[in-house]
Amino acid sequence: MLYTALQSLSSHWRRRPGQFAMLVLGLALATALWSGVQAINAEARAAYDRAAATLGQDQLARLERADGRPVALETYLALRAQGYLVSPVITGEVRDGDTRLRLLGIDPLTAPPQAQTPALDGDLDLAGFFTDPGILLVSAETAALPLPPGLPPLRIAENIPPNAAITDISTAARLLLRQDPSYLLVAPEQPIGLAPLSDASDLILRAPDSGSDIARLTDSFHLNLTAFGLLSFGVGLFIVHAAIGLAFEQRRATIRTLRALGTPLRTVLLALGLELTLISVLAGAIGIALGYLVAAGLMPGVAGTLRGLYGADVEGVLRFSPEWAVSALIITLAGTAAAAAQAMLRTARMPLLAPAMPRAWAQASGGGIRAQALAALALFALGGGLALLGQGLLAAFGCLACLLVGAALALPALMTGALKLIRPKSAFAEWILADTRQQIPGLSLALMALLLALSANIGVSTMVGSFRATFLGWLDQRLASELYVTAPSADDAARLMQALAPQVDAILPIVSAEVRLFDLPADVFGIADHPTYRDAWPLLSAAPDPWAQLERGDAVLVNEQLSRRENLRVGDMLPLAGGLIIVGVYSDYGNPNGQAIVSLSRFSETFPTIRATRFAIRIAPEEAPALATRLRTEFGLPEEAVTNQAQVKAFSIEVFDQTFLVTGALNVLTLGVAGLALLTSLLTLANLRLPQLAPLWAIGTSRATLAAVEMARSLTLAALTFLLALPTGLALAWILLALVNVEAFGWRLPMRIFPPDWLALFGLALLAAALAALGSTIRLARMAPARLTQVFAQER
Amino acid sequence: MLRLLAALLALSTTAHAQGFAGLGAGADGFATPVPNPSFSFPADHGPHPDYRIEWWYLTATLTGDDGRDYGVQWTLFRSALLPTTSDDWTSPQLFMGHAGLTTPDQHFSAERLGRGGVGQAGVSTMPFRAFIDDWHMTSTATTGDAFDTITLAARSTDFAYDLSLGATGPLIFHGQAGFSVKSANGQASYYYSQPFYTVTGTLTLPSGPITVTGNAWLDREWSSQPLSEDQEGWDWFSLQFDSGARLMAFGLRDADGGSFTSATWIEPDGTTTPYGDGAVTLTPLATSTVADRTLPTEWRLQLPARDLDIETTPLNPAAWMDTSFPYWEGPIRFTGTHHGRGYLEMTGYD
Repeated sequence: MLYTALQSLSSHWRRRPGQFAMLVLGLALATALWSGVQAINAEARAAYDRAAATLGQDQLARLERADGRPVALETYLALRAQGYLVSPVITGEVRDGDTRLRLLGIDPLTAPPQAQTPALDGDLDLAGFFTDPGILLVSAETAALPLPPGLPPLRIAENIPPNAAITDISTAARLLLRQDPSYLLVAPEQPIGLAPLSDASDLILRAPDSGSDIARLTDSFHLNLTAFGLLSFGVGLFIVHAAIGLAFEQRRATIRTLRALGTPLRTVLLALGLELTLISVLAGAIGIALGYLVAAGLMPGVAGTLRGLYGADVEGVLRFSPEWAVSALIITLAGTAAAAAQAMLRTARMPLLAPAMPRAWAQASGGGIRAQALAALALFALGGGLALLGQGLLAAFGCLACLLVGAALALPALMTGALKLIRPKSAFAEWILADTRQQIPGLSLALMALLLALSANIGVSTMVGSFRATFLGWLDQRLASELYVTAPSADDAARLMQALAPQVDAILPIVSAEVRLFDLPADVFGIADHPTYRDAWPLLSAAPDPWAQLERGDAVLVNEQLSRRENLRVGDMLPLAGGLIIVGVYSDYGNPNGQAIVSLSRFSETFPTIRATRFAIRIAPEEAPALATRLRTEFGLPEEAVTNQAQVKAFSIEVFDQTFLVTGALNVLTLGVAGLALLTSLLTLANLRLPQLAPLWAIGTSRATLAAVEMARSLTLAALTFLLALPTGLALAWILLALVNVEAFGWRLPMRIFPPDWLALFGLALLAAALAALGSTIRLARMAPARLTQVFAQER
Repeated sequence: MLRLLAALLALSTTAHAQGFAGLGAGADGFATPVPNPSFSFPADHGPHPDYRIEWWYLTATLTGDDGRDYGVQWTLFRSALLPTTSDDWTSPQLFMGHAGLTTPDQHFSAERLGRGGVGQAGVSTMPFRAFIDDWHMTSTATTGDAFDTITLAARSTDFAYDLSLGATGPLIFHGQAGFSVKSANGQASYYYSQPFYTVTGTLTLPSGPITVTGNAWLDREWSSQPLSEDQEGWDWFSLQFDSGARLMAFGLRDADGGSFTSATWIEPDGTTTPYGDGAVTLTPLATSTVADRTLPTEWRLQLPARDLDIETTPLNPAAWMDTSFPYWEGPIRFTGTHHGRGYLEMTGYD
């Protein structure tokens, strides 16, 4: 019986392969985007964890020099000779042209067990590892890359970070031409009777790095991706909902017949459920394959973004994991169930002998415009309340959900209202308007999908764009000077500054100290009084003339993180150097720690032992590269000791454009899904609406005119949807920037708007609507007159 | 790390039996001991980098001011990957330090690894100093042999010791004037000792410091392949008789159950009598289960040529050195025809 029911029901799809294809495609696309984004996020997070666990950095403290330069070999040996269990690591980069490889040279003999030096067991030729020419342990991905020539033999090993090789310290020392360790790993348990390590050495003891810093920094990026995935999935489900609802309605006759022939309701529902399960498994499988392709295609871009933006090394390669596929399939099944719930419920409650009423269904499904509008108002009120009074990330997300669902629900009412404002001048125009109004319920789901896609597009690109603009502004502020120089010692720095002074516009020493403020680590910077800072350092809030107050010595600037965390405002006192008045709050993106800026003189009074080894040079930008070269050749400064800000900025912009490639690609995909939803709805409506169009044709309106009207209507509806999407999208961006970001990361991004982007998006929305309407329009224009005449013969 | 070092010292071995700690490995590229050696001091107190393996091995039987017996072990092993040296990270001369401290109810062990070259570990002769990190054996002698007076220290997370040692007799040479044969196939090592130390110093235990006095025995040995490939391990005794005489005896166990034995009788004045294979008989009397292994911790030791027939009992049967190469090493007492204290080392019990 079940089989017969299943067969009769599924014959529907054989007769309407287009509808079937739409259902599968919608479900597959929804799954693809959602699972693709999940795959990217999971891969990136796994990469952070791996990076954090490299050499046990998540468990081991390390000793390093305050200025980041190598620890003298003698210092290391002196610590060992006192009995301290520290282990040297020599790191650096081997470069040749465009190829590079990071080396992590370790000493397996002294490395604490927590360092989990990789795969140093009997399989490895240990004499080869310890003695010339040495062995480089690399990941399979790294081995496949073009690498600098003249490297020791490579060996593939597990758990090696990307673009890096783990090797014996002797090999690293030889390749990098230095014997001094870059830093020392500290065993957690030290021998008895020794003074604390912090007393025995003037090196900085850095606590184990749980990797949370990089995870925190990149969270906003992943949040973007997740938001995209979720919205795409939601939009995809609109298609599925529409397709399933229609199919159920069209099969009422079949269901009625089955029931009349004695098939129990339970069997019918079981058959329908089974059918849906099969379809969603099929579509899920296609979606997973597509999602993998999408993710694999985007992964190199994402990896490039994360590497450039946050210094997070992530492989540009996606691993396929069965868990991921299974979870994607479960999501697909759950989504299908949610989308089909209404249709199933209606089937279950259907009176046995109710006639099929596809047109009525189309109207009823969008029905209750007034009720929807009221619900939307309630949601907006709730969202507003959450935005004003809510606390925490959950409230921010709740506000976001209220906005999106509310906007979608308000759409039909607003659209009907908008159409009412138009005063038609002819009978035909009046008919068009009336007909359009009548269609809104049938199209409302598709239009809601379009609205969500457009809003998401506007919202997310506003957020990303704001982030980009702010970040670049922040770079400008942080890298206002043309060159940044790090000298080997404070004396060298003083000599260099003296020598350079006549040749450049200005030299600005940079000094900083690590302190604890409010019992948390923070940095204090001392800066010179110079227009470089006055002009370029944008303050979020400030007392009158903050820079002059700062220079007088009794004032301080704090970063936004510190200000928000400790609820400090301009005019409050900061417990530093005996109490300093806060005269300004500045933005400091991506820094998890508190930070304060004092004048150079106040700094040297407070920290008399700290002298500048770094300084910034102001010089005409075109002379900067030549000076950088001279600093390296004449003063023998190493490559990394001289930074040219123009290069750093150019690189950052390149990285951001990669970010835009990723978000841009996702934008287009989301919009594509929405276009597809519109296409589905228009196609279904096209057949249902023949009875309305046939009389018009019969009284003399040409098929071409009717087709043109169809197209114009589709475009108008898309345009109206866009108009509504604009405020929704901006509100979405505001929630993301002002609520979600603040709750999640402790800093607020100023919102910037990008009207030219809206114009492009408007064009895209119209294009999507035109493409969606094209099929039904052409069909109408070419429809055989006989088909139109048949309407009068066949329909009621 | 354990597997790492196991692999290190088992270099260039074939797939079949390779003896304890790779000591049965082939000696390609390295020098091998030859009969009729002539030693030159202080140079020969120092390292011999052209030999694969070498050690400075000190054991002490001590009594604390609390009246209890204690034992201390301090060892620096040198293991060369290649018979060369350098003064940077590339040095193939690897060092391994072992420290043990035995009480009647506890046993502590610790290990340090490091490479020569940069100066984290090594042995110098003028003045004599063998060290890894802060563990050291340092000569304080201004006249005579460098080993006549030394200080010794080691420290780990749960114990430490700091000892001063003075020799009351000369260096003694085992086997044929220091050429000590280890198997019927001719494997041998250079082997000499300073068995006449008296000791004072301090042990630091988790419960606090203890002042100790007692005796100690220093072994120096180097070779490139001291064991033949079918030898699985050894049982080694250093005994101090109440009379002032000393006895060194060892048995190297074959895979087929046989044993190659050797012994040196040392008079209180340092006069030695070597005994070749078969002269001494070592018989296990009772076993203990330590670290999931069964080991013979009580022995009968017979040397008929000296009318010697004694039975040994350990201070603490659980004197297990939980290091990269685990082994048993602890202080013993013995009774029978002779009485006294000593040290027992047992290796190769898997």
